[in-house]
Amino acid sequence: MMPVRVISRLDIKGPNVIKGIHLEGLRVVGNPGQMAHEYYKGTADEIVYMDVVASLYGRNSILNVVEEAAQEIFVPLSVGGGIRTEADIVTALRSGADKVAINTLATERPEFLREASRSFGSQCIVLSIEAKRRGPNQWEVLTNNGREKTGRDVLDWVREAEDLGAGEVLLTSVDCEGTKKGFDIELVGAVRDAVSIPVIASGGAGKPGDVIDLITATGCEAVCCASIFHYGICSVVELKKMLSEAGIPVRQ
Amino acid sequence: MITIIDYGRGNLFSLRQALLSVGAEVTMATEPDDVTKADRILLPGVGAFGDAVREFKERGFEEPILDAVKKGTPILGICVGMQMLATWGEEFGRHKGLDVIPGTVRRIPEGVERIPNVGWRTVTPGLAADAIGLDDPDAYFYFVHSFALVPESKSNIAGTISFNNTDVVVSVSKDNVAGVQFHPEKSGETGLRLLRRFVTKT
Repeated sequence: MMPVRVISRLDIKGPNVIKGIHLEGLRVVGNPGQMAHEYYKGTADEIVYMDVVASLYGRNSILNVVEEAAQEIFVPLSVGGGIRTEADIVTALRSGADKVAINTLATERPEFLREASRSFGSQCIVLSIEAKRRGPNQWEVLTNNGREKTGRDVLDWVREAEDLGAGEVLLTSVDCEGTKKGFDIELVGAVRDAVSIPVIASGGAGKPGDVIDLITATGCEAVCCASIFHYGICSVVELKKMLSEAGIPVRQ
Repeated sequence: MITIIDYGRGNLFSLRQALLSVGAEVTMATEPDDVTKADRILLPGVGAFGDAVREFKERGFEEPILDAVKKGTPILGICVGMQMLATWGEEFGRHKGLDVIPGTVRRIPEGVERIPNVGWRTVTPGLAADAIGLDDPDAYFYFVHSFALVPESKSNIAGTISFNNTDVVVSVSKDNVAGVQFHPEKSGETGLRLLRRFVTKT
């Protein structure tokens, strides 16, 4: 069985890593370069950079951050927030990103997923979803850090996006994000059942037990954590050790 | 000096950084002539087989790379860069490859494990493992692919993974030419070790 990927997520605003609750109420938690390097050394399987203000370019932009990181971090790097065109993807890849996470643009123009996956390969195109619970087994797709509604159903949307060529899904629960109260296991399970591409669960991990519960319940292939690492609740190494002790294979 | 062939496909930035970090001097080949002069060649690639091969040939790289194969220049193909070395590729139709390593690029087997195969796996050494330095069966490498090169001869197999209960070839080697399906430039310290070996191999 393939090891579960433990992915470290860095939400970036200007020169800083920030962290919010429900994707809002942001506070500065550290320096992107230092933190990413620490996670890399600690066997993080991938690093995800999310630009919360969706500003790709300029001084202190997320692509500066990625370019610096890519000089000394040799695991996959993903960049999300502010991708508007194929040219943006080219720029992101040239800055050292391996994948781009696309949310708003895909909901506005789903065909972009098809075009981008043809041009860059599905492996490069991650569909980012911000999911808000609307009822039993029902979630709505939000954009702009949970601020905008789209009226789209998460399960319909993820199926459509897979058909269009998305290679992975980065699934963030807006309800759980930043709360440290655990994942929306029902959401992750439902999305995993809906598609056959890999699903990365994000949003809610407050302790290693939350990750163990998620993987045991859903068989999810990857988990993306922020608070748990940023606030020193446990390191990547410690989390992996606990997963391993719980019988979940990890790369150590 | 390592020459990376730039035919417009592949994440060259990462590869270049990884090579620099292991102390290599790196140059990018954008013209066929650059390949003719190279003394060590890296052949990268992402995307679809047919598209990659067409682009590679259109830019005039086929002849110099085949010359380099004959001359004994060390060549390492990565991901689709390795797949192109095969005789045939079966992604979106049947396409002719460079035919350096006899074999066919086929979709990996269906089953419980999801395709694309994205993530970290250990590689079981094959008959040709020594040529590439795949000597540690516990070392993890990062994969992202839906297709793999199935070589005709077992003697060309340098490494395999178990995927959906089938042995899938993920590394090949023949004389001076080698290939890996995984991304050493994205495989942490184990990947850097493999690149360092390619850079310094005599």
